[in-house]
Amino acid sequence: MTNFQQNINKIRADFPILSRKVYGKPLIYLDNAASSQKPSQVIDTISHYYENEHSNIHRGVHHLSAEATKRYEEARKTVQRFIGAEHSHEIIFTKGTTDAINLVANSFGNKFLNEGDEVIVSTLEHHSNIVPWQMICEARGAMLKVIPINEAGELLIDEFKLLLSDKTKIVAVNHVSNALGTINPIKEIITEAKRRDIPVLIDGAQAVPHMKVDVQELDCDFYAFSSHKMFGPTGVGILYGKEKLLNDIPPYQGGGDMIDKVTFEKTTYNDLPHKFEAGTPNIAGGIGLKAAIDYMNEIGVENIAAAERELLDYATQEITQIESVRLIGTAKEEASVLSFLVKDIHPYDIGTILDRLGVAVRTGHHCTEPLMDRFKIPGTVRASFAFYNTKSEIDVFISALKKAISMLS
Amino acid sequence: MTIQSIQEEIVEEFSIFDDWMDKYEHIIESGKELESMSDELKLESNLVKGCQSQVWLHAEMEGTKLVFQADSDAIITKGLVSLMVRTLSGHTPKEILDAELSFVDEIGLKEHLSPTRSNGLVSMIKKIKLYALGFQTKIGS
Repeated sequence: MTNFQQNINKIRADFPILSRKVYGKPLIYLDNAASSQKPSQVIDTISHYYENEHSNIHRGVHHLSAEATKRYEEARKTVQRFIGAEHSHEIIFTKGTTDAINLVANSFGNKFLNEGDEVIVSTLEHHSNIVPWQMICEARGAMLKVIPINEAGELLIDEFKLLLSDKTKIVAVNHVSNALGTINPIKEIITEAKRRDIPVLIDGAQAVPHMKVDVQELDCDFYAFSSHKMFGPTGVGILYGKEKLLNDIPPYQGGGDMIDKVTFEKTTYNDLPHKFEAGTPNIAGGIGLKAAIDYMNEIGVENIAAAERELLDYATQEITQIESVRLIGTAKEEASVLSFLVKDIHPYDIGTILDRLGVAVRTGHHCTEPLMDRFKIPGTVRASFAFYNTKSEIDVFISALKKAISMLS
Repeated sequence: MTIQSIQEEIVEEFSIFDDWMDKYEHIIESGKELESMSDELKLESNLVKGCQSQVWLHAEMEGTKLVFQADSDAIITKGLVSLMVRTLSGHTPKEILDAELSFVDEIGLKEHLSPTRSNGLVSMIKKIKLYALGFQTKIGS
């Protein structure tokens, strides 16, 4: 037995919510891809910050402000080290992954997209990596091109290569699909795009909580992810961008903190990262995110990946024994997500019965309508795992699923 | 039967079940019993917005009474919808407008009436009342 498994009860005890009940039954939380739960270390850090350290940052003359600024900037450095960025000013704090992608779509798009240009996304994208590009394409007269997938839910890389042309101005794809769990060959995608000097944005919201990510090794130009999916607080996202590109593109929003000098005639802008951080940021959120990263480091990202791999394998093995279950997305490389349908039963019905049995899953289109259309399905039931889940929870989930199927058939 | 007495009848029906599972099974049965809507009526204009499952609702006047037909692609939703149709269909627009729907709460399924659930039941009731208001206004003028 690994050290990790021996410690699972201790790890679970770090997450107070995991001991609560719903409808009188122990909560089995399998909706981690939507948002993960938070350990006491994160919750306590946020409380401690508000009880002892809160003040506005960056401009204050007083002790408390200097202290809060230091904590917030430490958080930025922690993120930098966690994803292997070269500089801490390449880490831009945003509201979330969606906000980070909107920032790039707007700033990059307004500067570099012109009539007839193309932006490449993939069929696997979350709406948040489609709609911002659609909006800027419409505004700039550019076109969206889409990388197709196979039946297993894997990107067709040869087709991607054919889409690349002189018109391509940026490629935006996810690292891990939120709906199917497919791990995309982003290294290959980035290498291909680089051959033509085309920048690449990676939506890493579903990757960073589950695996080691090194942005320099990947050589991506932008990498976006969210705190709340990696055991940190909601309302904080991260945009990593290469220094040169971040300096090349204009600010996204105007306001306090992002300026150098303001007159009614002309305003000059602050340096990175502040140029992209207008207004008072989510200070407690940033500090809470640091606590979450410290926690992940303490457990070990490799241990997290291994534990989740084991859970996914076990769940896949158990669920495929139920004859009427059809897995949606059977890619060779997958992370922590089990998406499925049962006969012609509507996902909503299964989710409703599972809920009454204490099992929290997600049902619906998972904000990936074009992907659901590709499979000609209204949506799926999605169980998504975190390292604090256990095999016995999966057993409860499977027996609850069998119960739901018998009620709904 | 008045809307109120139909509601009482439904509450009575559900009172024999102690267990939530039996209640759900009864709802699922009610869903299966509800006649499916013809495809011609499954129009965009009859679609109830704001739910994960698709819910269609069609209304027309028969004499002085408003008659509803409804359907859903999710069976639990269809079951709940069928109880709604059973309660409200065949009454005058005024009776429907004045009706207070207490049975969902009384049979212990009030979570389905929460606007935070994306099952469309709340939107459906709103649509029923809007139809009733529309016909009521027409009758009045």
